[in-house]
Amino acid sequence: MVDPRVSIIDERMRDIRKVIAVSSGKGGVGKSLIASILGLTLAKKGYKVGLFDLDFTSPSTHIILGIEGVQPKEDKGIIPPKVHGLEYMSIVYYSRDQATPLRGADVSNALIELLSITKWGKLDFLVLDMPPGIGDATLDLIRLIKKAEFLIVTTPSQLAFETVKKLASLLNGLRVPIVGVVENMKMNQSETIRQQTQKLGLTYLSGIPYDPNIEKTIGKTNRLLDTRFAKKVEQIVPSL
Amino acid sequence: MHEWALAEAVIAAAAEAAEKERLKEITEVWIKVGELQQVELDILEFALSQLKTDKFKNAKFKIATAKAELQCRVCGHKWVFNKETLDKDAAEAIHFVPEVAHTYIKCPKCGSPDFEIIEGRGVWLESIKGAK
Repeated sequence: MVDPRVSIIDERMRDIRKVIAVSSGKGGVGKSLIASILGLTLAKKGYKVGLFDLDFTSPSTHIILGIEGVQPKEDKGIIPPKVHGLEYMSIVYYSRDQATPLRGADVSNALIELLSITKWGKLDFLVLDMPPGIGDATLDLIRLIKKAEFLIVTTPSQLAFETVKKLASLLNGLRVPIVGVVENMKMNQSETIRQQTQKLGLTYLSGIPYDPNIEKTIGKTNRLLDTRFAKKVEQIVPSL
Repeated sequence: MHEWALAEAVIAAAAEAAEKERLKEITEVWIKVGELQQVELDILEFALSQLKTDKFKNAKFKIATAKAELQCRVCGHKWVFNKETLDKDAAEAIHFVPEVAHTYIKCPKCGSPDFEIIEGRGVWLESIKGAK
């Protein structure tokens, strides 16, 4: 018995120029916010962009972007709706934003299903909001999307950066490209994470200061792009 | 109509398998469809007939269905998926992504959403036959 879905994923990814997986070793470092704002920023610059929320058990990009009342269209597959200039895909279309408790094998299955039936068409960038860690979604992504490049998010905490080391070591071992590291929630001018990132041979893409006002802009895309946070995310674009 | 996307996957997987077996022509393709995904078999068959390439010119598609069997990981109870117990929206959501069954279905005995889909999830390519 063969799972036929895996055989069509390359075809579904064919017209996507770059796949950027926004990932981290630990949760709560700001991946979803960075993935959402990165997607919006790229779209605003005129690129064709898709955003796919792969955090199936805790999806949040739809809340950040204030997306509701839209559904994919069916046309020999599913076509993600265009919202705020982004072709947007999330499991919430099907879970109706209710709790979806999934074990690892279910996460894999849902990921393979959505990758095999979603028709993105031509994109410059597909931004993936990954679940934290080096579990099923990360391993499946490495296995199934050969062109994926990883953008790693950390905080200034050594606890977060220790998990960056593990993620980077996994990716390096498998020769998966790493775009670089973003340090989020910086509380001071410390250069420690920059130095440690460079010591790993990785590019330090941006240091984003902690912004207590960002919470007020959740769900309001125009205001999100006006934040200092968004300006710092914009610094990542030339490295993509 | 996302049966078309699944049919494309079946054709691609069967072509890959034929390549591995060095088959010049494929004569039979055996497909198993689990009832959890509620695939419309006539659409799947039609899509397969439209999507087949030269290698599949004389191929017959044999589709078997499998009941979707679920087992609770908490109390061990086993039961068979029944679409009629769900509202239309929930059934449709499961049709697209069978894993969201964990959102809409609970163990009928203990109420847990922590169950395993033992059999009958979605579309599988069982085997192919052909000529070298």
